[in-house]
Amino acid sequence: MPKEEILRSFYVPKLCNLCEHSPCSQVCPVGATFSTPEGTVLIDQERCIGCRICMAACPYDRRFFNWGNAPIPPEALLADYSAEHQIPAKKGTVMKCDFCPDMARAGTLPYCAQGCPNGAIYYGDLEEDIATNGTALVSVSRFLSENDAYRLKDDLGTKPRVFYIPGHGEAVGRDAFTPDRQPTEWPWMERAEGAATWKR
Amino acid sequence: MEALNDWERRLEETALAPIRRTGPRFWAVVAFLLAVIGWGAYAYSVQLRDGLVVTGMRDRISWGLYIATFVFFIGISHAGTLISAILRVSQARWRTPVTRMAEFVTVVALVCGASYVIIDLGRPDRLLHVVAYGRWQSPIVWDVLAITTYLTGSITYLFVPMIPDLALFRDRLGGRTSRWRGWLYRTLAIGWNGNAAQRRSLASAIGVLMILIIPIAVSVHTVVSWIFAMTMRVPWDSALFGAFFVAGAIFSGIAILIVVMAILRRAYHLEEYLTEKHFVYLGLLLATFAAIMIYANISEFMTHGYKLREGVEFHFRQLFLAEFAPLFWFYLLGGLIAPIVIALLPATRNVRGFVAAAALVTVAMWIERYFIVVTGLRVPLMPYEPASYAPTWVEWSLLAAGLALFALLITVFTKVFPIIAVWEVAEDHEATVAGSGTVQPAPETPKLAGEVG
Repeated sequence: MPKEEILRSFYVPKLCNLCEHSPCSQVCPVGATFSTPEGTVLIDQERCIGCRICMAACPYDRRFFNWGNAPIPPEALLADYSAEHQIPAKKGTVMKCDFCPDMARAGTLPYCAQGCPNGAIYYGDLEEDIATNGTALVSVSRFLSENDAYRLKDDLGTKPRVFYIPGHGEAVGRDAFTPDRQPTEWPWMERAEGAATWKR
Repeated sequence: MEALNDWERRLEETALAPIRRTGPRFWAVVAFLLAVIGWGAYAYSVQLRDGLVVTGMRDRISWGLYIATFVFFIGISHAGTLISAILRVSQARWRTPVTRMAEFVTVVALVCGASYVIIDLGRPDRLLHVVAYGRWQSPIVWDVLAITTYLTGSITYLFVPMIPDLALFRDRLGGRTSRWRGWLYRTLAIGWNGNAAQRRSLASAIGVLMILIIPIAVSVHTVVSWIFAMTMRVPWDSALFGAFFVAGAIFSGIAILIVVMAILRRAYHLEEYLTEKHFVYLGLLLATFAAIMIYANISEFMTHGYKLREGVEFHFRQLFLAEFAPLFWFYLLGGLIAPIVIALLPATRNVRGFVAAAALVTVAMWIERYFIVVTGLRVPLMPYEPASYAPTWVEWSLLAAGLALFALLITVFTKVFPIIAVWEVAEDHEATVAGSGTVQPAPETPKLAGEVG
């Protein structure tokens, strides 16, 4: 579609879809990427051999490789490596979004859900049917069906655990396709000030 | 009888010549190849130090020249299988002077190809994780299994028919070469003295091996294709892929064999044994496989292109019209059409013509492998701008080093082992002479023989 014909644009954050039938863990030769019983797909960078077949297999193109030495903040060097938080990142291995299982263990939301000033990201438990964006609590099944939620490339049968709700707040924000776009006056910044999970 | 003995003596001398005499040209070639390999080793050390960031590969196009070259080398390793096993099974007698070289090419190409997988790994230090934690579900593990099986099989298949020739070397060179050579031939000849019982065992061992090696070879290139076809990428999503890869492998295998034959024939004066007939027969096989490749390409492009599913339009545009078009058309015209034209025209149906065709096919098939990998990954999976990829100096250096290693191993091989299957050629010659009284091509392949006539 030519860019002039685009009337409205909106952001669709693309993250690892944490597929129930994950093509990436299916093809891994050493079991370095795997599904946990909680339903997240993790990568053990201490086992990964860096063959990158998972990157070829991922239909969402959501896996990333540490081609060189990953920039590591000094405090990350102190952390013991765990497949649950993937730091310090290891050269020559694959990384991806993992839904921050270490944060769930600590009883908080993933960084993305905490950081979203619009409260657009909900995180929860599909089996317990509950999710939150930090302020509101919703019943997942009702929330998804009421808002016509969809999943990316649903027809592939990968059963992603990431759902998208279209049509909310599309008119807000910047035009994604204007290259010389100006920083926007964010209308919700005063609200973010008092958000419960904004400051941790 | 006297003439036959003369003929045999000449054959043995020809086979022994590379070992007896080593000129300065040989050392110049070896030095040059070693220099290229040394440069590649330096490039690889840079890659080990800094990581794969020194290559042109990035997150969106995460495989490139290395994987393409891996597929290419595994492909040309099919030379030995086809020439030696299939032609042996079909009892095509003209194969005898060619088999040994074809089997060399197989083993050497497998070694080179397998090393590209290791070069491509982000963590080569963890290679043994594949053994320690290997999962049967992964196409990579299928590949490791198939390639190691094929390597073992083809080394055996190279070694077993070579035993009588090694015994010949042992007897003819005993005491007149360096100590390690004497030891090598004595050990490898494993006590061969050519009695009837040994001949029987050899014949049945070769009989088993030539049947076994064919399904192994087919499985190897099939699972290589499955590394790609088991993913959800649109250009790779094809049930034809396995067969397509096997056909391409044999195609490029014949091509590289013709090139190697032409070089060795000139270097070691094998004109009497590698005659025009061999080049023409192999050239006609090459043209046949070019036709099979054309058929496979048409099947692939028609079934994808008629429906033009999402992503296919992009793929076709980049192949036929845009970024990759010039080289892709070279592959189609120079690599697939040209060999058939060369085989059809009487003026080019000779050594020179088929060597040119083989060189074209070799280059074209590398390009084809490269495009399968790179264009397949380039088709966007999500609504992004397409990514780009260009190999860096490190990748080009390692490609050169791999080709140099291939050439070096073959060169060294010819200096240690018999490049012609002496006993098979002699047996064939005896049968021909005994059968007809005069030396003329045996009519065991009537179709081909008719065309050459």
